[in-house]
Amino acid sequence: MSWFSQKLMPVLVVVLAIFLLWYAGAVGLNSRWAYDKAKRADVTLSFSEMVADTWSQDKPKLPAPHQVAQEIWKTTGAMVLRGKALSKRSLIFHGWITLSATVMGFIMGTTLGILLAVGIVHNRAMDMSVMPWVIASQTIPILAIAPMVIVVLNAVGVSGLLPKAVISMYLSFFPVVVGMVKGLRSPDHMQLDQMRTWYAGQSETFWKLRFPSSMPYLFTSLKIAMAAALVGAIVAELPINQNGGLGARMLVGSYYGQTIQIWSALISAAVLAACLVALIGVLQNVTLKRMGMLR
Amino acid sequence: MNDTVVKAENLSLTFETNDGPVHALEDINLDIVKGEFVSFIGPSGCGKTTFLRVMADLEKPTAGEITINGVSPEQARKSRAYGYVFQAAGLYPWRTIGGNIRLPLEIMGYSKADQAERVARVMELVDLAGFEKKFPWQLSGGMQQRASIARALAFDADILLMDEPFGALDEIVRDHLNEQLLKLWAKTNKTIAFVTHSIPEAVYLSTKIVVMSPRPGRIADVIESTLPKDRPLDIRDTPEFLEIAHRVRDGLRAGHAYDD
Repeated sequence: MSWFSQKLMPVLVVVLAIFLLWYAGAVGLNSRWAYDKAKRADVTLSFSEMVADTWSQDKPKLPAPHQVAQEIWKTTGAMVLRGKALSKRSLIFHGWITLSATVMGFIMGTTLGILLAVGIVHNRAMDMSVMPWVIASQTIPILAIAPMVIVVLNAVGVSGLLPKAVISMYLSFFPVVVGMVKGLRSPDHMQLDQMRTWYAGQSETFWKLRFPSSMPYLFTSLKIAMAAALVGAIVAELPINQNGGLGARMLVGSYYGQTIQIWSALISAAVLAACLVALIGVLQNVTLKRMGMLR
Repeated sequence: MNDTVVKAENLSLTFETNDGPVHALEDINLDIVKGEFVSFIGPSGCGKTTFLRVMADLEKPTAGEITINGVSPEQARKSRAYGYVFQAAGLYPWRTIGGNIRLPLEIMGYSKADQAERVARVMELVDLAGFEKKFPWQLSGGMQQRASIARALAFDADILLMDEPFGALDEIVRDHLNEQLLKLWAKTNKTIAFVTHSIPEAVYLSTKIVVMSPRPGRIADVIESTLPKDRPLDIRDTPEFLEIAHRVRDGLRAGHAYDD
């Protein structure tokens, strides 16, 4: 009971509030079209008829939650039941494409981020020179640079997963660099002095002290990096029509004014991100607990 | 024969700070002979920890000479001539107690079998046998500090440098650890340099007490203890003990330690 009231209740209340606002928003944004239709058909709408209409239009400005839910079910569960889980109209198919680009970019970004952080912590010249560039790299709007990267890479014959993963990497390495620099520097003077008294080399100090000490920082960074990687993959799918992906799905939806399709892709992306971040959270808990850093 | 382990001659160390130079150590002359238990006592800022750090090659003197086992502190550090015990136990939470004690052995490249044998031996020595698989958080502060002493003893350093190792512990635990430390010292025949700011602790433990005074940090008095080597805790109530303690207190006062 206390678990229910302490953990679940607040979440439920917020979810309920979001749904209420969402339905109200749908009424507000879609009512104009409902009245326009009624005017052309020369009928007058009662308030309840108007509300019912705003929640069931084909191409609403803001689709209602149940419309999005229906669309998601139609393109996921229902297709699985019909044995067409991987057809081109299935969100599972598109989600999988985005997921592979995300994971690939995430791994590349994490690797790059850790390598840069190791360099920055151990090399004074890198400390002075690399960090400003790392920060500068994130001030460039990704929406402006993504199409160029995709188009240029396409032109030289690199297409498919890799260009998208590159954009994901570009967004996800940053939190890892920042977090790991802090993490690798987290051992205090006493711990470093202690290593000195044992005449430990840089690599021993790194593997036995710096790297284990950085774990809490690493996992926090990985959560941000994962979310950023997904955003990167979706942004990379937007500029040119490609062979699927949640971003491509949004793009196609926007061509044809299929707002329900856009929103269902959007919600799927959010759910995907939540799952990926939660997965890292579980890994974090298990690792830090085993390392005695979570107590 | 030459039993001198530490020899400092006209040793000075000046830190350059934004507020001008700070004379942490000035004109230190001191000999420590093999097997001695030397305490450094004085108010904060008297340079007792700094001197320990100079011996350990964690600070470089700006003038004068110091040798450890006849070589420079840097060479002594590289040949792993000393074990250093810090104020905090500094055990790694992700390693077991055994794993923590094994850490310097791993770094120094001892064989696996040798590591296990040494860990078992020093854990016995500090009365922690049976706790090898426990994690630091499962141990009390006193036990953690004992583990850190075991870690400093695990490799073959015959000098033990201890920087207020029991400073953060309560009186009862401290008494107990002091007693144990004396036994350990008798068993291992190490040379110990021990920083403290407790007068009873210094008198109880030491064969030689170095009283220091601040600004600039220098030696105010060196007292050779006349207490016997075998010291039960209640030796602290004997007139002899109180007399030495009195002399330490005088030394501290003479050094203008309580000026401000």
